[in-house]
Amino acid sequence: MQPLRSLGGGAVAASVLFLGLVVAFTVGRFPIGMTDIAVALWSRATGVPSGLSPAVEAVIFQIRGPRVLAALACGAALAVAGAAFQGLFRNPLVSPDILGASSGAALGAVLAILLSFGIFGIQAAAFAGGLVAVAAVYAVGSTIRSGDPILTLVLTGVVLGSLLGAGVGLVKVLADPYNQLPAMTFWLLGSLSATSPADLVPLIAPVVLGALVLMALRWRMNALSLPEEEARALGLPTGVLRVVIIAAATLTTAASVAAAGIIGWVGLVVPHLARFLVGPDFGRLIPASAVLGGGYLLLIDTLARTLGPVEVPLGILTAVIGTPFFVWLLASSRGGWS
Amino acid sequence: MTIAADNLAFGYRGHPVGRGVTLEIRAGEVLALLGPNGGGKTTLLKTMLGLLPPQDGSVLLDGRPLAALTIPERARLVAYVPQSHQGTFAFTAFDLVLMGRTAHGGLFARPGAKDRAVAASMLERLGIAHLSDRPVTMISGGERQLVLVARALAQEPRFIVLDEPTASLDFGNQGKVMRQIRQLASDGLGVLFTTHDPNQALGHADRVALLRDGGVMAEGPVREILTPERLAVLYGAPVETVVEPGGRTAFLPG
Repeated sequence: MQPLRSLGGGAVAASVLFLGLVVAFTVGRFPIGMTDIAVALWSRATGVPSGLSPAVEAVIFQIRGPRVLAALACGAALAVAGAAFQGLFRNPLVSPDILGASSGAALGAVLAILLSFGIFGIQAAAFAGGLVAVAAVYAVGSTIRSGDPILTLVLTGVVLGSLLGAGVGLVKVLADPYNQLPAMTFWLLGSLSATSPADLVPLIAPVVLGALVLMALRWRMNALSLPEEEARALGLPTGVLRVVIIAAATLTTAASVAAAGIIGWVGLVVPHLARFLVGPDFGRLIPASAVLGGGYLLLIDTLARTLGPVEVPLGILTAVIGTPFFVWLLASSRGGWS
Repeated sequence: MTIAADNLAFGYRGHPVGRGVTLEIRAGEVLALLGPNGGGKTTLLKTMLGLLPPQDGSVLLDGRPLAALTIPERARLVAYVPQSHQGTFAFTAFDLVLMGRTAHGGLFARPGAKDRAVAASMLERLGIAHLSDRPVTMISGGERQLVLVARALAQEPRFIVLDEPTASLDFGNQGKVMRQIRQLASDGLGVLFTTHDPNQALGHADRVALLRDGGVMAEGPVREILTPERLAVLYGAPVETVVEPGGRTAFLPG
């Protein structure tokens, strides 16, 4: 029954990704047929002229293509980081920003907007803010030597996160209310509408690096999710593993937040869906989360740009979908997180 | 092969629990650590496992300090069976037993065919192969305890340390688990278990150490050590002895 579940579950995750890719490429204000996309990709690969109008090619390669890749990378990054953190913190209700990655990135971004940085300056400040915040949380958390190290870390994250939130509030008060404040608000709600081909490398490189580390360590995450003493008695150097996993998950989260702003819920909801499909074994859960997370955010992003005359911020959509899901989760999973 | 506590002081920083403990676990033997709740049994056991650093004295593995071994080296020699499993995720029994193989592979290693074969054979050995695909959250407490023993065996250790292995089990399951523990020593492993029940020590251990207020009150073969007088001192309450015509003995709280 177990291998069947994982095979079937993996196929479902792959189908969601495929559906997401098709929908994201074809649907929009400028609908494009499946065959046009195939022709355009074929001509790009072989160098044979496609015969498509330059407008169609531009939509595929300059507008939708980068946005599709960005959604894929952000969704996979947040989902993988969330799955890893849920195991590391032995708590299925943890999301990848529990250690302050998002609030640190938010402070970095609004500061950069306040100082009138360009788009790359804002992204760099957000990325750095996320990394610095998590490093600070870890440094403070590990100097406090009382009781459960995991709980101390989470509480430190919550406390420092709210301090960073106060910082974001202060910057918003200081901001020019006509240009800077709307830019900050928009950024804080998350969007991929401004994605350009140049954004892809700074997003995808750290995401791939962090995800590869998490993929390599995924079999150890099973034992790491057991109570601390059991994990160590099984032969796991838990302290070292914790640092490496936090660093890798923070890298993927910070890169995603820098590129797309704050998109909540994906890192919390997708690992649960993936666990439902392939079971709790991290050997299967991590890749399934990546695939499902990419597909999920592609679908959400397509919805965001087609739902109304104005783009709906991603953070709002993920919350509208995530909240009822979460309530259902709380109500239905009393008997353990299968 | 032996694990020994040598004049060991144990506890937490600023909160000593016990001291002056000298004990030895030998291959092929079952040692019971008997004492009232709050007497420091679990803390001593965690120190002997290397999960807590000794406050003074040392834990020696064949004369070598346990602290000189790496975490995986230690796990290949000594396995731990916790009192009960409180995992967050509903792993299958097979997956949980497979985690016993952690110390036998590198940090990035995927469990291989040999690891899966060892896990399957340990489930078989404990007679719970039929539970392989069941989530451990959905099986009984006794079955779960046997799964934890199977996981410890999958570490292929020389010693197994069990913390109150039957504390949360019903009457029938207690016997089942204790018989398996006895069998492990017959197979050549050194076994240490803690208990607050003198009858369990009497029925299933070769030697017993009485732990009271963080110190060893007496230590030796069960028949010699377990007398109603000593138990009365150990628990601070009178103890009655019941002797069967066949010579079997049991203790009752008086």
